[in-house]
Order: sequence, then C-alpha cells, then structure tokens
Amino acid sequence: MTIVTVLLASAVLLGLGTWGVLSQQSFVMIMMGFELAINGVMLAAAGVWRFTSGGEPRGQVLVIVAMLVMAVEAAIGFALVVAVYRARQQDTTEGIAELSR
Amino acid sequence: MTGLAVDIAFWTFAVAAAWFGWRVFRTDSMVRATFCLLASFLNVGAIMVLLLAEYLGVAMFFMMSVEMVVMAIFMVAFMMNPAGLNPMEMVHQPRAAIAVGIGAAVGLGVVAVVADLPPAALLDEAGTIRALGNELMGASMLLMEVVGVTLVATMVGAVVLSSASGRYGSADTGSVPPLLDPDDPDSRPDLVSADGEGDAHAGHGGHGGHGGHG
Repeated sequence: MTIVTVLLASAVLLGLGTWGVLSQQSFVMIMMGFELAINGVMLAAAGVWRFTSGGEPRGQVLVIVAMLVMAVEAAIGFALVVAVYRARQQDTTEGIAELSR
Repeated sequence: MTGLAVDIAFWTFAVAAAWFGWRVFRTDSMVRATFCLLASFLNVGAIMVLLLAEYLGVAMFFMMSVEMVVMAIFMVAFMMNPAGLNPMEMVHQPRAAIAVGIGAAVGLGVVAVVADLPPAALLDEAGTIRALGNELMGASMLLMEVVGVTLVATMVGAVVLSSASGRYGSADTGSVPPLLDPDDPDSRPDLVSADGEGDAHAGHGGHGGHGGHG
C-alpha cells in the first residue's frame, strides 16, 4: 500500500462514478454516481494525508468536509427528486427535457 | 499488522470497492444497487482504517450505513423495478459515458503515477485520533461550526423543497396523478382532494410509467 496505489484505487472509483452520472437516466441513480465519485475523492484525500502530511490532522478535516458535501448532496438531491415528482410525475432526466429549451 | 498483511488487505478492499462500485450500475435491482454502493463505501472505510485514519473509517461505516438504507427506501419508492425481477436498462449516451469514465480514471491514474508527491511518515502513528480530536475542538472549531450550520440549513432546505404544502397553499397545485397503466390514458386515478390526501396510492402506479414516455 503506497500513495500511488491508493490514488489509483480512488481514480478507478471516481471514473466509475463519472460513468454512472453520465450514463444513468434516473435521478436517484445519477445521485449514486455522484456519491461514488465523492467516495473516490475521500479515499484520495485520506491517502494523501497518510503518506505526505506527517500526521497533520487538518488533512483529515478535509475528508470530513467532503463527507459534509456528500450529506448535503444526498439530502437536497432527494428533496429535489421529490419536488420534481410532485410537479411532473417524472423521475428521469428524459422526463424533464423541456428544461433544456 | 505487518506490511504484507496490510498490502493484502488493501488490495482486497480496493478491488472489492471498485467491483461493487461497478455493480451499482450493472445490477437489475435498484435496492441491490444501493447495497452495492454501501459495500463500496464500507470497503473504502476499511481502507481508511488501514491508512490509520480510524476516525474517518468508522465515521464512513456509520454514516454510509444509514444513508444507504435511506436511499434504499427512495429506490423502492421511485424505481419501477426495485426487486430486479426483470432485466432493466435505463441509460443514455452509454458509449460516451464509458469513454469519459475511463478517460477520467486513466487521467487521474497517470497523474497519481507521474506526480512527485514528497513522502512524509506519520510522526505519531498511535495518536492520530487524539490529534484529530484536538484539531476539531481547537483550531478547526470554526470550520466544524460552519459544518453544523450547513447541515441545519440543508435540513430546512430539504423540508422546504419536498414539502407538500407551501406558504400560499398546496405546493402541487395543477399537478396530475400518474397513469396506473402507461399505455392506457383512461387509467389516470381521480384527484380526490386538492391537497392530495385522497390519492395516496396513486404514486405506486407511476413505477411502470417511465418506460413509456419520450
């Protein structure tokens, strides 16, 4: 386990999350893609903290902020999904295509 | 743990995290996809414990377990195929998405290999949790308070966005319940009351609906 292997693992997770975000139609599945990408970001931050910081705790605080981003994204994302479903009975990106016009 | 044991554990967790992350978007069951994502998070949490960031790893275990259970409930509520009894493919631009995903992973991987990150060993391997606690309750206290206020604002925002009634009356004024049968325009249930009380079961009819629209 070195910093390179940890960063490679996090790059794979971020790539998988990007693929999911871009390929899925359902709002909930898109949010799962975002969560997977943030998962990779947190792993990369923890790895960089472990191998290059000498134990400086502020590096771990950065990971906690990434967790905050994930929690906010999930809560507001689900609220938006509910709001869109109330207004349009749609839960896929194709269903609200008129927003792009 | 010795170096070899740590290496074996790391690769096991890393491969599992990536495999479960891939399964999230390839399984037919939406609930199973949620728990695949949970498994990916738990493996990353285990890697964080291996990285001696025990607090973060355990926080991942607890936080993601709860969050993914909530997500599973949303999956059952919104998805047409929560049990995975039928094959399902709800994707768009699949080739471009795969290309961008591989490009992102390879690009970041190249950066990880090429970048010259100066190594610095942990000064106190046994005291990382104590150091983090002192940091959170000391120098980074302001940041943690901002985190708390942000979460409160998120809770208020989520309730406001998802609430059925707004300040000036029902928030779903003008909306119509979904068709019970996506191919039958006459299957739309009647809206019994203006605040949606009477058609509480109408939402279930929408599960099969999003295959049919254009």
